Amino acid sequence: MANEITAEEINKHDATLLKDIDDALANCMKCGNCQAGCPIYRETRKEFSVARGKISLMQAILSGKLEITKEFDSMMAQCLTCKTCAANCPCGVKADELILRGRHATIKARGLNPIKKTVFSLLSNRPLFNTVLRMGGMFGWLTFKDIPDKNAVLSRLPMPGMDPNRATAPLASTPLRAEYPPVIKVDNPRYKVAFFTGCTINFMYTDMGKAVIEVLKENGHEVILPGAQHCCGTPVHVSGAFELANEMAKHNIEVFERYECDYIVGACGSCVEALLDYPKWLEDEPDWAARAQNIADKVREISQFLVETGYKTDNLGAINKTVTMHDPCHMVRGIHVTEQPREILKSIPGLNFVEMKEHDRCCGSGGSFSLAHYELSRQINDRKCENIKATNADYVCASCPSCRMHITDGIVQNKMPQVVYHPIQLLAESYKLGKQK
Amino acid sequence: MEKDQLIAEMKKIVGEENVLHSKEALYAYSYDATPGHIYMPDVVVSPGNVQEVSAIMKFANEHKIPVYPRGSGTNLSAGTAPLKGGIVLLMLRFNKILDLDLENLIAEVEVGVVVQDINDYVAPHGLIYPPDPGTVKTASLGGTICENSGGLRGLKYGITKNYVQGLEVVLANGDIIHTGGKNVKDVSGYDMTKLFTGSEGTLGIVTKAYLKLVPKPEAQASMIAVFNTLEDAGNAVSDIIAAKIIPATMEILDNSSIRTVEDFMHVGLPTDAAAILLLEVDGHPVIVADEKEKVLEVLKKNNAAEVTLAKSPEHKEQLWTARRMALPCLAKLRPTTFVEDATVPRSKLTQFLKIVTKAAKDYNVTIGTFGHAGDGNMHPTIVCDLRDKEEMERVHKAMDVIFRGAVELGGTLSGEHGIGLGKLPWMELQHGKEGMNAMKAIKRALDPNLILNPGKLIGEC
Ligand SMILES: Cc1cc2nc3c(=O)[nH]c(=O)nc-3n(C[C@H](O)[C@H](O)[C@H](O)COP(=O)(O)OP(=O)(O)OC[C@H]3O[C@@H](n4cnc5c(N)ncnc54)[C@H](O)[C@@H]3O)c2cc1C
Ligand code: SF4
Ligand code: SF4
Ligand code: SF4
Repeated sequence: MANEITAEEINKHDATLLKDIDDALANCMKCGNCQAGCPIYRETRKEFSVARGKISLMQAILSGKLEITKEFDSMMAQCLTCKTCAANCPCGVKADELILRGRHATIKARGLNPIKKTVFSLLSNRPLFNTVLRMGGMFGWLTFKDIPDKNAVLSRLPMPGMDPNRATAPLASTPLRAEYPPVIKVDNPRYKVAFFTGCTINFMYTDMGKAVIEVLKENGHEVILPGAQHCCGTPVHVSGAFELANEMAKHNIEVFERYECDYIVGACGSCVEALLDYPKWLEDEPDWAARAQNIADKVREISQFLVETGYKTDNLGAINKTVTMHDPCHMVRGIHVTEQPREILKSIPGLNFVEMKEHDRCCGSGGSFSLAHYELSRQINDRKCENIKATNADYVCASCPSCRMHITDGIVQNKMPQVVYHPIQLLAESYKLGKQK
Repeated sequence: MEKDQLIAEMKKIVGEENVLHSKEALYAYSYDATPGHIYMPDVVVSPGNVQEVSAIMKFANEHKIPVYPRGSGTNLSAGTAPLKGGIVLLMLRFNKILDLDLENLIAEVEVGVVVQDINDYVAPHGLIYPPDPGTVKTASLGGTICENSGGLRGLKYGITKNYVQGLEVVLANGDIIHTGGKNVKDVSGYDMTKLFTGSEGTLGIVTKAYLKLVPKPEAQASMIAVFNTLEDAGNAVSDIIAAKIIPATMEILDNSSIRTVEDFMHVGLPTDAAAILLLEVDGHPVIVADEKEKVLEVLKKNNAAEVTLAKSPEHKEQLWTARRMALPCLAKLRPTTFVEDATVPRSKLTQFLKIVTKAAKDYNVTIGTFGHAGDGNMHPTIVCDLRDKEEMERVHKAMDVIFRGAVELGGTLSGEHGIGLGKLPWMELQHGKEGMNAMKAIKRALDPNLILNPGKLIGEC
């Protein structure tokens, strides 16, 4: 694995990449329909915030009318990768993916700036990466913008655990994977299920990870927790450093190939989408793409897995609360899983499910976006909070740790009473209550 | 004037944060939804109130700097393209619905509000604002007023100009004027409201409008009819009107559009049909039931091969897929899409569609036509690749035949998208020299320094 990515190395693919972009960009008819749904445009109402604007800017670069500058860079950064534009584009333009190409082009043109170089070489070194993450540095560094004070950013993001009054430290004292053996055995397992934890669940929301493990055990599955698994690569991929992201993908493929398992589950829509997209990321390397496909075939989001293979509902305890659900962008428009988490929530006795308005509208988090553009992502999130408020729910469910973090922050800022969970946490809780009876 | 000085002056008027001038930002305002028109402005300014607009206009007028008002930039006639550099005046900060007067059924709305948001705002009161262009979820009120936009409900409910009762306008010299108002009847002076409606940003900057609202119709009946010849479809349209029924919607798709939609969507459309008509009658339930029967009769009489009635709102949505997806599916065929909007008297519909089909064949270009049959407002949609010069020549020749054909049939170049730059070359053909001179005289009277959206609509003057 490369320790450092140089501009020359990245430049290798230049010619082909530019041509690719040209045709894909030309398919945008500039109708402006993407203005209607783009959460960022809705707040800024500036043309360069919307897909049409970013596509035009890329075309200007390609035609030589503009050059790649810091300003271009910051405009490309104004995207949550929420895919709303792509889902509603009459021409079928996948603007979110093209914007990533634009970020990639930026890296190629400017090389990596010194800070990024440090972070990225760190990222490609897993043990060191994990150590640094445990020290709490990464989430501020992964953005294009210079973050004025990363600690200030981190301290803005309160992360309550199950108890809403107990605000835990931003990073769990012990990462999830350090708390469990690599294989959690059960008698006569139904399936052998490998758990791709992803970094947010491993380092921050270990409660979500524990719930996944408990639920899998409860349903008679053996749980495999490969210790050497790495970040899925999404933050790196969306920043445009495709080559490095691909290295991380290859690492994860190698790790999961080592275990004999029937399924690989994840509890974060973005991680799952990344694993499913590895074949596409690696399409220029057919051998790797084939290996990636073998892995992808086994990948399921946890609720998808439970509904597909069946899960116990006869021993569930009642949770007498009202719950509403937010559809994370990568769940609804990435992997198209929206029914399964609802089915799980609705199967819990006593739990009253109410749909919120605009439940599939982006919460404004967008991974590192909320760190670099905090004010803007707050505005987007306030709209989400209003919709949550209108349901009078006790709980909000979201199958994504980033959404959980961002919505929690919004709820705290707006002084609202709700608590945010992953749907699987409520299922785990219900199994637990069932046993107490 | 030096660019830096211009930027500094603008910052003084609207504040630093409302002035954009980086090369990248300027590029993002160099185009609109019209293919092939990219021109760089010098500065993009977002005023927040009418006084600021006035100050900007005074300054621009004094220094003869071109000004291009812009809403959402979704127009299809290069109406916002900054042809000669200068100031793009972004009106989106005018984003408030100021008042809803339920006694007079008038909404007072700033021009930066998106049209759908007006509808969402008045819907709880059982009211609608009828003009609903295809871009209803994106277009600004100001843009629709200045393009005089129409929509699917145009046949029965009319177009934007029928709902604009009064305006607040800033003139080229910075003067602020108020036209019309809440009075349903008003013959005091020239009808300035109508003059500014559809003026494409060439006569003044609109900042606020009084809009007429109407009660939401209580009931609807929708249906779709398939025809084997264009003549039958055209006759059905005329006969329905002759039967004194004004459907809210009467839309047509030609064979090429039908096939394209079916190729992409697989919804079971009859790919060998010459045309499909989509109809909706609305109003009081008793009248709707009666009109529905009459329409069915007319359709049958004109040899409709198949008629399907919508059983539920969901079923209607399903039937409407063909119309809704016509443009998107055509647009997917090729990179560049020209959505034209030549319009002919209703009775000439069939003849016009034949001209379009022949032009497509003669010049070997791909054209799908759909549109508002009841208004005679067609959208011959030409899909091509702007990067292919030879193809573009053929496209322009086909366009020429289509526009000339429309005008010869007593029609017009544009039913709703406006002239802008795109259709300028054919303006004299339709209006004659004298007609053009009269329009130019109005322009010169209101904008003597020719700073407002120069070169558009009437060309150089
Ligand atoms: C996919 C698609 C479908 C469409 N369907 C329809 C349709 O069904 N019916 C229809 O009529 N049109 C249609 N259009 C055209 C377009 O949506 C309309 O013309 C719309 O009204 C433009 O609104 P806008 O806010 O984008 O205006 P802009 O494009 O920003 O501006 C339009 C014109 O108005 C001027 N202008 C804007 N604001 C002001 C102001 N405050 N004061 C003075 N001048 C101003 C501009 O200078 C420009 O000349 C369609 C366009 C697309 C891309
Ligand atoms: S990205 Fe799609 S929706 Fe947006 S302007 Fe281009 S074609 Fe239209
Ligand atoms: S992916 Fe989301 S944030 Fe990015 S341009 Fe599209 S709609 Fe806007
Ligand atoms: S998507 Fe987010 S949480 Fe999941 S592995 Fe990647 S970075 Fe970590």
